[in-house]
Amino acid sequence: MTKFIDLTLSGISTGAVYAAVALALVLIWRATRIVNFAQGAMLMITTFIASAVISSSGSYWLGFGVALAAGLVFGAVVERVLIRHVENAPPLNAVILTLGLYTLLVAVAGMIWGNSPRSFPAAFSLQGYKVGGTRLLFSPNDAFTVLVVIAVAAGLGLLFRFTALGLQMRAAAFAPEVARLLGVRVGRMLTVGWALAAVAGALAGVLVAPSVFLGPNNFDPILISGFVAAVLGGLDSPPGAVIGGLILGLALSYVSGYEGSALAPLAALVILMAVLMVRPGGLFSATKERRV
Amino acid sequence: MLAVDDLRTHYGPVRAVDGVSLTVPEGSVTAVLGANGAGKTSLLRTITGLVPASGGHITLAGEEITRLPVEEIVRRGLAHVPEGRGVIAELTVEENLRLGGLWRRKQAAPQEEIYELFPRLRERQSQSASRLSGGERQMLSIGRALMARPRVLLLDEPSLGLAPVIVAQIMGLIRRLADTLGLAVLLVEQNARSALSVANRGIVLNLGRVVADQEPHQLAADERLRHAYLGF
Repeated sequence: MTKFIDLTLSGISTGAVYAAVALALVLIWRATRIVNFAQGAMLMITTFIASAVISSSGSYWLGFGVALAAGLVFGAVVERVLIRHVENAPPLNAVILTLGLYTLLVAVAGMIWGNSPRSFPAAFSLQGYKVGGTRLLFSPNDAFTVLVVIAVAAGLGLLFRFTALGLQMRAAAFAPEVARLLGVRVGRMLTVGWALAAVAGALAGVLVAPSVFLGPNNFDPILISGFVAAVLGGLDSPPGAVIGGLILGLALSYVSGYEGSALAPLAALVILMAVLMVRPGGLFSATKERRV
Repeated sequence: MLAVDDLRTHYGPVRAVDGVSLTVPEGSVTAVLGANGAGKTSLLRTITGLVPASGGHITLAGEEITRLPVEEIVRRGLAHVPEGRGVIAELTVEENLRLGGLWRRKQAAPQEEIYELFPRLRERQSQSASRLSGGERQMLSIGRALMARPRVLLLDEPSLGLAPVIVAQIMGLIRRLADTLGLAVLLVEQNARSALSVANRGIVLNLGRVVADQEPHQLAADERLRHAYLGF
């Protein structure tokens, strides 16, 4: 029983990280119909920046804040400078562009910070809570991870639902031409969408770095899990991304706990295939497919 | 209020709008008629900046707007209700309306004004726009355009797919908007008879060119035009 509780709690904690990555992918997909393959590399860069700030200032929280701010700026710049040119081009152009950006960022990070992984501090203790006589795997840092992802997801939800900016972003995503006719500056909304997505990605980076270590390629598996989570939730739905992340986190935690961690990546792919075969629109998508 | 002079639009080698000139004075309705493919929708899309003009000039209240981006043209007081109604189905009725007035900030029309014009929308304000009937969608689309208090209103086939009694209501409303708010309305219609019933001026397009520009009663009396282009 203790094992089950341990696996559940750690599944929720890793699921929260997947949720943040999935959120980053979904925000961009929804606004621009582009899968951002560079997302893993972008959050790697912001995490390196956080690491540099933490080691020079000694303050974890300063590094944390700088990572999120850097994500905001980075996302906006990538959209303005690169993505803007392929937004109305065939989808393959965007795929190649984001893959190219991924390669470039990984190479640049290797040149600046080296290719050997380094450790990254955690916000809170990594030692599990003690309940009764037993020590759980779930630590204060895990609790922080879950809470901060929930807070960011809720913040985004409130932004979309209740603010003028959010309303304009949704209009620009659903019906760009009609939005322009209503005076919405659609280009600006896409930039904001990329910026917010990169913040969610940057958050995932600093949260997961203590456990995967910090290196140019260390975040690639996280991107794949985030992508599976996003598909699971329906690529179009931010709440779906969060729930998809949690479901995937739990599933992988049970698989690696009961069957061995070597099977976890395989399990992720099996889940992806199953979802695509049974419910291609994702578990929470609003649109329904039909045979014609 | 709105003046179009020798406007031309090309899609590759195809001339969709070919030297069209027209004016829409304040407080009046100008109907643009013609068969499918006559260039009516292209004309509206060029005026709004959705399609770039390849020649000619468009002025709004004396100001040249020909090559401005859509968002800027909208900010000068032009509202375009696109064909197929352009309601954003993923948003609620209230959100659609709010969106229409956002760029106007404090100067936007109060939603209450729109609900008075269309009481049906008030009953459905918190529902998703996807659940509205065709007529209600058209009302929402026009109401949303009015939220920004425009000076010029472009309407693309507002009668399309609507029952005759609803068409009559919408046409009556268009006339009232021109009379009471002083709007300059450019009304694109295939339903020539209803459009002419409320218009001050009728323009017939064929293959992107103006083939007639007359008072509605003159157009209706011209049997050759009626048979060739207007279908009644």
